Amino acid sequence: MSILNIFSQVEISHYIYLSTVLFCIGLFGVLFRRNAIILLMCIELMLNAVNLLFTAFSSYMVDSDGQIFVFFIMVVAAAEAAVGLAILVLVYRNTRSTDVSFLDQLKG
Amino acid sequence: MLTLMIFLPLLGFVINGTLGKFLPKAISGWLGTAAVFGSFVIALMSFMDLTGDTTMPERIYTKLFTFLHVGNFHVDFAFQFDRLSAVMTLIITGIGTLIHMYSIAYMHEDDGFYKFFAYLNLFIFNMLVLVLGSNYLMLFFGWEGVGLCSYLLIGFWYKNVDFGKAARKAFIMNRIGDLGLLMGLFLIYDTYGTFEYQDVFKLVFAGSAESNAVNTAIALLLFIGAMGKSAQIPLYTWLPDAMAGPTPVSALIHAATMVTAGIYLVIRSEAIYALSPIAREVVMWIGLATSIMAALIGLKQNDIKKVLAYSTVSQLGLMFIALGCGAYTAALFHVITHAFFKALLFLGSGSVIHGMHHEQDIRQMGGLRKKMPITYLTFLIGTLAITGFPFLSGFFSKDEILMSAFAHNPLVFGLALVSAGITGFYMFRMFFVTFHGTYRNTHHAYDKVHESPLLMTLPLLVLAVLSVVGGAVNLPHYLGESISGGLHHLLSYDGGGQFSPILMYPEHAIELSHTAEIGLLVMAVSVFVIAFLYTRNKYVTQGAVPESDEAQAGMGKVLANKFYVDEAYDTAFVSPIEAAGDVVGNYVDDKGVKGFVDGFGSGSNFISRLLSKIQNGNIEYYLVYMVIGVALLLAFNLF
Amino acid sequence: MMQNLPIPFLVLSFLTILSALYVVTSKNPVHSVLALIFTFFTISAHYVLLNAQFLAIVNLIVYAGAIMVLFLFVLMLLNLSKETEPVKSNWWGISAAITAGCLLLIITAAFQVSGEAVAKNPVEGIGLVKALGKVLFTRFVVPFELTGILFLASMVGAVLLGKREKGNDALISKEELNG
Repeated sequence: MSILNIFSQVEISHYIYLSTVLFCIGLFGVLFRRNAIILLMCIELMLNAVNLLFTAFSSYMVDSDGQIFVFFIMVVAAAEAAVGLAILVLVYRNTRSTDVSFLDQLKG
Repeated sequence: MLTLMIFLPLLGFVINGTLGKFLPKAISGWLGTAAVFGSFVIALMSFMDLTGDTTMPERIYTKLFTFLHVGNFHVDFAFQFDRLSAVMTLIITGIGTLIHMYSIAYMHEDDGFYKFFAYLNLFIFNMLVLVLGSNYLMLFFGWEGVGLCSYLLIGFWYKNVDFGKAARKAFIMNRIGDLGLLMGLFLIYDTYGTFEYQDVFKLVFAGSAESNAVNTAIALLLFIGAMGKSAQIPLYTWLPDAMAGPTPVSALIHAATMVTAGIYLVIRSEAIYALSPIAREVVMWIGLATSIMAALIGLKQNDIKKVLAYSTVSQLGLMFIALGCGAYTAALFHVITHAFFKALLFLGSGSVIHGMHHEQDIRQMGGLRKKMPITYLTFLIGTLAITGFPFLSGFFSKDEILMSAFAHNPLVFGLALVSAGITGFYMFRMFFVTFHGTYRNTHHAYDKVHESPLLMTLPLLVLAVLSVVGGAVNLPHYLGESISGGLHHLLSYDGGGQFSPILMYPEHAIELSHTAEIGLLVMAVSVFVIAFLYTRNKYVTQGAVPESDEAQAGMGKVLANKFYVDEAYDTAFVSPIEAAGDVVGNYVDDKGVKGFVDGFGSGSNFISRLLSKIQNGNIEYYLVYMVIGVALLLAFNLF
Repeated sequence: MMQNLPIPFLVLSFLTILSALYVVTSKNPVHSVLALIFTFFTISAHYVLLNAQFLAIVNLIVYAGAIMVLFLFVLMLLNLSKETEPVKSNWWGISAAITAGCLLLIITAAFQVSGEAVAKNPVEGIGLVKALGKVLFTRFVVPFELTGILFLASMVGAVLLGKREKGNDALISKEELNG
């Protein structure tokens, strides 16, 4: 029951700020890190930030659709992580490194 | 019937133009000739209708369709066959038929045979539209059309660059005259609100004296157009150069028909000219100056066709003198007789050229009368006609002009007489040098000289006969009242007061006493005799030959170089325009416009090369761009 | 703003952000993975606070339990450590930080401009399995089935990509690739 008091004390805006900060930290990581694996992890972080926001809205708006959508996001994230890592292993086999800056053959 | 008469030559043009390549030469040639002959027959029949016994209508009018109808502006595509256009049509189609026949033989070896007949038919069509139009706009339509055909036919042997230049010169000079004609037409519409002859002339006739300034302006502007087409000063230099075309072309277009379009225009607009004495004076003096100048130049020309060309210019000057003195009938009479003997002379010279295997310099000829008897005979008749041998056609028409000139202004008469005298000089000079004396070319060439085939000599004979009896059209009244003045009666006929005649204003009745007339006649004949005797003495008895080009000196050199008029035009007009064109072409166009247009291409190239550097293949950069893009999108939605 | 926030929320948020920062800045990739796992734990705690119990557990099982273990496997497979980590220049980091900061700014500004969200009366049990299951299997049954197909596709793809082909065993060196 005490958990439900959260709503009277924490407004939705705080969750929005938190989620946005997490998202931007993840974004910073995506732009800054060169290791492909860390890159994928930061993308997972961004997805989680979005999940948090969805859940917060779902609770505040008393609508379960938000949580269903989080469920599906997790599904997609899992599939994407699997395939992404498979590709990464293949790239490592060919280039002997996980540095993304080596993959620049498609230039204009 | 009227429509058929006009469109028969057009049909010939279409058939010859499209299928002529596949037809044998005989069919192509006779087809063209038949088309014109058909028009001649219809013209003759229509003329009988006009002048027959029972009802003699003013005209035969056919409207084909409404040509233009914009707001208040209304012009019909209509033809009228009245007495003036009847005369012109008979000349055009009659002499046209003869020349078509002649061309079948003359152009026999040419590859463009069918093209020639196509162009000739097109020309006849346009000339018929010109003289048979019922309003000024149809006249203009035909005017431009004959200009085009003149260009096509002068430059017929297009592989020679000089001939092409001559054709262009003719067209451009015509165009300059056409500007005046157009302005005259605009002024006519502005003043009288219509282009139809009948309506305009009715309004002119009823107009008050205040409109005289406008009428003078119109008359002068129309005369500028006539100057271009009929080769008067200053727009005459194209005619001698037009001799580059085949001889039948010179005969048809530049002697008998097209160059008389200007005369037709003035006679048709008689009502306007009658109200403007100033314009008439201008016409007369320009005609006089042209006549004398061209005659002088002709004295020193050595190309058979050039002599005849300058002779044409000179004779046209005579016709304009007549128009300026108000003697429209005399002018038309001279048009008719000039058509006969000038066509004869040109065709004869063509026969000579053909027989001499395309030699045109008279200094290379001589003694041809034995080898080409028919040509010699007919050419003699033509020469006698043009110089005024008594009782031939040219004698009557030239005399009438001289007499009306005397009645108007004796000084003009004197100068015109001088011109007529010089005509005698240069014509006989050419005749004697060509046909008498000894042959001056090689013997080998002499053996090859032959008389021309029947198809060429037959028209010569017909025209010779016409040159002899052509004077019967309008005999002077000292020969008897009943048979004289045929043309005059025709043009003054008013159907017993039912309609207005061609010549609305009573002409200057030639009120000369009998003694004056006989005196003038004697003067004219004596001038002829002097010319004949002098030239015969010089060129036959003494056997003199005209000098080579280098040996010309003094006044002779000036005349031989045509008073340097061409060179003057070149310096004054042609060179500056060519220089300006050069500047615009090389600088403004080549660097300015082209650089501007190319700039688009090279600019795009440059920018795209810059932009392509963004795509460097690096994922990190792409990610940053993506984030920036999203940020921008969000920012856009904010504000 | 911070005064009337309950302690649990503040602490949890602080921990979340701290560990997220450590994820992106750590030089050792293994440390990054572990920090990320810790982040997932804190986020799950947030879910519990928000009355989404089912999601909290699923988050732990799927993300922290499966996906992160997968990442660790790959890390160990490729034998990455602190020494082999590529280094980036400083200015790149600054520019990345600026870019992310711009986005943060814009989103915050967007939120300021739009209206405040009004909380409705909370309903208990909305995040429980029973309620979610009811919605999932009635309204969202088609997407649910489609996720099965999605998993099938990704499984097949991952297996196919990872397959070693004959004659492809030799690993090309970095120099051979770029030279």
